Parts: sequence; C-alpha cells; structure tokens
Amino acid sequence: MNKRRLKEKLIEWLFFVNGMIAVLVLVGIFILLVRNAFPGFKEVSFWEFLTTSRWNPDAYDKETYGFLAMLASTGMTTIGSLLIAVPLGVGTAAYLSDVASHRVREIAKPLIEILAGIPSVVIGFLGIVLVGPVLAKLTGTYNGLNAINGSILLAVMALPTIVSLSEDALNSVPRSYEEASLALGANKWQTVIKVKIPAAASGIIAACMLGMGRAIGETMTVLMATGNAPDFPQNLLSSVKTMTATIAIELGETAYFSTHFYMLFTVGLVLFIITFFINLISDIIFHKHMKMLK
Amino acid sequence: MNEKSIKQVLGFWVLRLCMGFVALILVVVFYDIITKGAPAVTWTFLTQSPREGMTEGGIFPAIVGTFLVTMITAILAVPLGMGSAIYLNEYAPDNFMTRFIRMSIRNLSGVPSIVYGLFGVALFVEMCHFGTSIISAGCTLGLMTLPLTITASEEALKAVPRSYREGALALGATKWQSIRTNVLPYAIPGMLTGAILGLSRAAGETAPILFTGAAFFLPDLPNSLLSQFMALPYHLYIMSTQHHNITLVRPIAYGTALVLLMLIFLVNISAIILRYRLRQMKKE
Repeated sequence: MNKRRLKEKLIEWLFFVNGMIAVLVLVGIFILLVRNAFPGFKEVSFWEFLTTSRWNPDAYDKETYGFLAMLASTGMTTIGSLLIAVPLGVGTAAYLSDVASHRVREIAKPLIEILAGIPSVVIGFLGIVLVGPVLAKLTGTYNGLNAINGSILLAVMALPTIVSLSEDALNSVPRSYEEASLALGANKWQTVIKVKIPAAASGIIAACMLGMGRAIGETMTVLMATGNAPDFPQNLLSSVKTMTATIAIELGETAYFSTHFYMLFTVGLVLFIITFFINLISDIIFHKHMKMLK
Repeated sequence: MNEKSIKQVLGFWVLRLCMGFVALILVVVFYDIITKGAPAVTWTFLTQSPREGMTEGGIFPAIVGTFLVTMITAILAVPLGMGSAIYLNEYAPDNFMTRFIRMSIRNLSGVPSIVYGLFGVALFVEMCHFGTSIISAGCTLGLMTLPLTITASEEALKAVPRSYREGALALGATKWQSIRTNVLPYAIPGMLTGAILGLSRAAGETAPILFTGAAFFLPDLPNSLLSQFMALPYHLYIMSTQHHNITLVRPIAYGTALVLLMLIFLVNISAIILRYRLRQMKKE
C-alpha cells in the first residue's frame, strides 16, 4: 500500500516538474537575453542607446548604437497594420457572430484558420512579388518596398488573431443583452452596434492588443518587404528597418560575443519586454472581461 | 423602408464586405502561388539538389532538412506538451501557482519568433555546444511550439467526461491508473492532432532557424544531427531576397513557396483525417 502511494506521489511530482516547463522557458529566455545584452553596455552608454537614432555598427571610426530609428520603424509599421487590421478584423468578427448563417460560419472559420497557418515567409514573398509592384505603380516609387507594404503584410498576419478573439468576445455577450435590446424595439444592426460591441469592448480591445503584439514581433514579413534602410523613417513611403529585421539581418554577420552581438541581444530584450507587457495586459483585460460577463 | 432599416441593410453590407475582403486575401494568396508555382514543380524539382549557383535543379535538400528539423521539434515538444497538459488538467490545484503557469503559457505563445531565435543561439548553439545544427534549430522550434501543444493537449483532456475518471477511482484505481486507463486512451487522438497542427506551424517558421542551423546552400545532405541543413522556408527567403540574380530564380522561389504551402496543408488535412478515423474507431 505504501509503495503504491509512493509511486503515485512520484508520478504527480514528475508531472508537476513537467508542468513548470512553460515558466522555466519564459524565465530562461529573460535571463539569457539579459546575460547576453548587458556586456554591450561596457562599450556603449545606455543613454546613447535610448536617445540617439543612429545605428551604425560597421562605422569606420566609431560604431554607434542608437535605437530610436528602429523603434520608430517598428512603431510605424505596427500602427499602420492596426489601422487596416482592426476595422477589418472587428467587422469580420461582427459578421461571423451576428450576420452570417450557420452554414457560412462553418465555412468561414476554417478559412480564417488557414489564413493563420500561412507561413510568414510566404506572406513576405508575396509582399515582394505582389504588393510591392502595385505600390510602386500607385506611388511612383522604385520597388514599393516600404513601410506601407510592411503594414499591409503585418495586417494580414494580425488579422486571424483579431478576428477569432473578437468573435469569442462578441459570442460571450449574454443572450439576455441582445434580447432586451430587441424587445425595446431596436433592430439587429442597432443591437450589434449599440449593445453587443460596447458590451464586448474590453474583449475586443484585448484581441487587438494581442494582434498588435504579433505585429511588433513579426520578423520575416517586414524583413522582406520594408526595404531595410537604417534611417529614421520620414513617412509611410520610407524604407524602414524594424527591430526584428535588424536582428535578423545583422546577427548572422557579426562575430559572437562582440559589442555588436551584445547590442543585438539588447534589441531582442527590449522586444521581449514590450511584447511581454502587451500580452500580459491583454491577458488581464480579456479575463476580467470574461469574468464580468459571467 | 424607413431610415432605421436602411441603416441596417447598409451596415450589414459593410460587415459582409469585411468578411469578403478577408476571403479575397486568401484567394489572392493561393491563386498567385498556385498559378505561378505549379509550372516550376516537377519531379526533378522535388528530387534534385540545386545546381549552377542555385539557378537550376530542385529543392530536395530543403525538403529533407525541414523534415529532419520537424522530427526533432516533435520529439521535444510533443511529450513535454502532453505532460504539461496532464499536470494542468488532472493534477493542478486551483491556486496561484497554477494560474501563474497558465499565464506563462499564454505569454510564451506571444514571444516573437526572432526572440526564440536569439534564445536558441544563447542556449543551444552556445551553452550546450550544439553549434549551428539540426538539433539546435529543432530544439528552438520545439520550445516555440510548446504553448500550442500544451493548449491543444489540454483541450483534448477536457473533452473526456468526468465520469470516466470517477468510474475508475470508485473501483479503487489510483489517480495515475485512472488517467492511464480511462482518460489518455480517449484523449490521445485529440492530443496528436493538436500536436501535428503545432508542428506544421513550426515547419513553416524561418526566424528561429536563421542563426541556429539553416544554411544558404549545402552540397550534401546532412549526415548527423550536428550538421547544418537547408530548409524550405529559409530557401524561399534566400531565393526571394538574397540570391545574386533574383529575377532569374523567381520561378524557383514560386515553386518553393507552393511546395511549402502544400506540405503544410497536407499535414493539416492528414491530422484532421487522423482525428476523424480515431474517433470512429473509438465509437465501434
């Protein structure tokens, strides 16, 4: 009997250790990023990194590691993508939850999943061969590899997240809200706009934040489609080099454990911290929302 | 028609347009890749190595590389994901620690893929001395897939009715016996499908393998887990941005994109069929 109990305890303990893996990986990522980021600040001042915009690790006389240009580039492509993906995504979610017939929904949902399953490198490739030439013609630029192109592709990448989570939020609105609104004489459209979307607002905001986290962290699409000029972006037609693209391009070219290597880990650390807090806040909002509606 | 219903008709059409636009994106993506990629995909394309400075020949080594890396990913991610899910669904008490674990899983799924790449360089390439290799890339992708496999496995476990567990416990089985004999057999089809879907996602990833083992061009197939490898998504990236004659190799890039896309969908569809079959078997 005792042996059996011991075995049970042992098994439970093993599963607990296994269950901790996610925490372990998350903490591990943070620690290794910090460990490989900090030595860079022996050579580069923290102040220079945070307040200047010139990132020039190959300079002949003095290398500079200013971070602002790539932060602005990431911000620009991300905001551009949200301007496209949020209205489109929330509209699609509202369609799926309130307008579409059961049959249409059964077809449309797998379609959204398929969209989510397309690898980012394929979307990036289409940015070069499809979106680029169209943009070049419309705007009279050379190859259409610029911030707008990146924004369009990032919108495609963020859409599935925004659609499916916004739809969950809309579906979680209790039926009684809807019925009360209809009983008061509102039609379906008024109910969607004035009752359901406001009631689901926090969930939809959480969904959009998660989509934003995806857009900030996306690498291949922006790497391939934004042109990667290291200057501070002037406008949406500028060629930009985001934080993710900088790491992707430069880590392969630099010597391990050089200042440049450490500074790229610093960029990764900043990226990790930004997405961590966006995900965390989105998570908290989403769970508060679900609890409130229960 | 009064103003109220006109607004409704218009409003609904706007929503339909949104949906239509999303569907259009999908159609355009597939139409372009299939029509331009299909002519390039021949038997020799699938079975030969690149030749003449990668302007001719096929993508066989990239297919092999992607397959090998995905195997390593599976070996790491599937058991760990299942174990985590079993803990969370069967053993975990409802306390702060468990909520913390769940929060970590959700947060982990939002960590940018390039950050996983950096993590892979620091942990597997450097600390474990695996160098840039199949095993480094596979492990990096494995950790990246973990949140997906955990969530999918937990869904599968949740679908098993409580009464199955209680029946076994009431007959005097221990907790682990009840899980092993009365829960897992019913949950495994769902767990496997979820795992395969997660792996197909990993197979299409590029950023995490950029510095952990993917190579521009290799004359030979990898001969050990410590070799570098060519991979389909990385090959597409190279062929569309890094090659010295981009326009000349455009058909090869399209062909690679089509093969990658088809591979992912074949895997997805087989996972769904597998789930269906296993469910039918259970019913009999």
